[in-house]
Amino acid sequence: MIRVANLSKFYGGKRALGPVSFEINDGETVGFLGLNGAGKTTALRILACDLRPSSGSIEIGGLDGINDPHEVRKKIGFLPENPPVYADMTVLDYLGFAGELRGMSRGQVKRRMPDVLEVTDLGEVAQDVIGTLSHGYRQRVGVAQAIIHQPKFLILDEPTRGLDPVQIVEMRNLIHDLKQNHTVLISSHILTEISQTCDRLLVLGKGKLLGSGSEHDLAASESEIRAVTVTVRVPAGDDGKARIKKVLEGVEGVKSVADPYEQGGGLSFALSTTRDCRADVSRAVVDAKLDLIKLDYSRSELENTFIRLVGGADASN
Amino acid sequence: MRAISIIYRRELGAYLRSPFAWVIAALCLLVDGFMFQAMAMSGEQLSATVLEKFFYGSSGVAIGAGLLLSFRLISEERQTHSLVLLNTSPVRDTEIILGKFFAALTFLIILLALSFYMPLLIKVNGKISFGQVMVGYVGLVLLGSASLAIGLFASTLARNQLVAGVVALVILIIMVFLFPLAKRLDSPVREVLQELDLWWIHFQTGFMRGVLNLKDVIYYVAVTYFFLLLGVKTLEAKRWQ
Repeated sequence: MIRVANLSKFYGGKRALGPVSFEINDGETVGFLGLNGAGKTTALRILACDLRPSSGSIEIGGLDGINDPHEVRKKIGFLPENPPVYADMTVLDYLGFAGELRGMSRGQVKRRMPDVLEVTDLGEVAQDVIGTLSHGYRQRVGVAQAIIHQPKFLILDEPTRGLDPVQIVEMRNLIHDLKQNHTVLISSHILTEISQTCDRLLVLGKGKLLGSGSEHDLAASESEIRAVTVTVRVPAGDDGKARIKKVLEGVEGVKSVADPYEQGGGLSFALSTTRDCRADVSRAVVDAKLDLIKLDYSRSELENTFIRLVGGADASN
Repeated sequence: MRAISIIYRRELGAYLRSPFAWVIAALCLLVDGFMFQAMAMSGEQLSATVLEKFFYGSSGVAIGAGLLLSFRLISEERQTHSLVLLNTSPVRDTEIILGKFFAALTFLIILLALSFYMPLLIKVNGKISFGQVMVGYVGLVLLGSASLAIGLFASTLARNQLVAGVVALVILIIMVFLFPLAKRLDSPVREVLQELDLWWIHFQTGFMRGVLNLKDVIYYVAVTYFFLLLGVKTLEAKRWQ
């Protein structure tokens, strides 16, 4: 279990994180979500004992992360934003070095290596020099060094950063496999990435913890979800905008209608709604003898929630 | 101790694989050879004088090689982000610094050993004792290790390798020229600065002439220890920044 209490970090006089408090249970996969500069990397670096906090306490697996970082590091595997690889070493030599650094004997490294290569799908490049590998493979090597000593806690900072779509899918599958045996902490600013991989989210903004819970919990905690965008053709010679707006405002569940913008030969209206009322909106538009061109969620619920939470943090600062 | 050995093996492997390290070795040996030819082999001289001149030139090479082999050790790892692996492994900052230092020192000793044919030439053609040669080489290794420690310390200060190199160079220049600077000052500052000088007092008047003084050995070990300790403390401090 990870327990963090009133953790904060200042760079010079500038607050980068905190104070934040949270707990992560064994076996959980938790996503740190936030915009660039939200404090995700700082939080993960502190948890990985790479950086010391300015104040607060950390307990990882029953050990004090501040006073006993040496022991805590044995329980942690960390993949930073940029994989910490040596370009002049082969994959095998590098993983052997990483394993020995984490206290494994050469025999243990040798026995563990086939599993690590299989899980990370590095078998065919095992003898290659890391400097010659693609970014995707280097990222995999980064994951491999993080898991070689079978740590209880796995910390992955933006694991899909810089990967192409195929590599992102592969990395996502890899993380799914790793979830079976590790407590995993992942950071990302990509919402879909986090929502597909994690059991629980910690939303950070400007160094503060803005929300915590599953995607559903976070969305449910918001009273208003601006989720529907409707695009309607404006009738010729008609006072289109006002009429359409009035029709949309009359639909049950619609709290407000934003000013429209032109799109695809019609006018698009973003609706703030308390529920998914796409069916009612389409019916109302058709009943008003208007041409419905397009109707969809403008953003996912999580994305809306995220923007609201982060927007709130901006407003409060 | 185990972590020092693991880091030592990796670093030494990196030196042996690195074209940069071999280019430094080749350049140093080239310069050493030229200086030997120009200074030591010019005209008829006592073989002991020729040996002194060889060690005079080689001491500059040892200082330069020490700097060139060490200024990238930490700064390059910071720049390429590989330092995170060491920082997040159960390894102490002292072990990181010592593993890297001993690897660099080993490569420096290999480099200095490759120049051994020059004193051998003097021995074959002149009259010098083996002890005189060995004392000179002990001095070169100690001087080189002090230079390595200074370079390693500078490397912990800066992420940029060039900045680290310049910082190391400035520290070395100051330490080498403390003696001529001290001569312009009054006592007791003069005596203190003279004793802190890296080259004139402790190498030129001792090791270079084949004289093994314990105080010179202690001086170089102390300088090496001091800058390695500063390197460890800087690494530790960087975790708080």
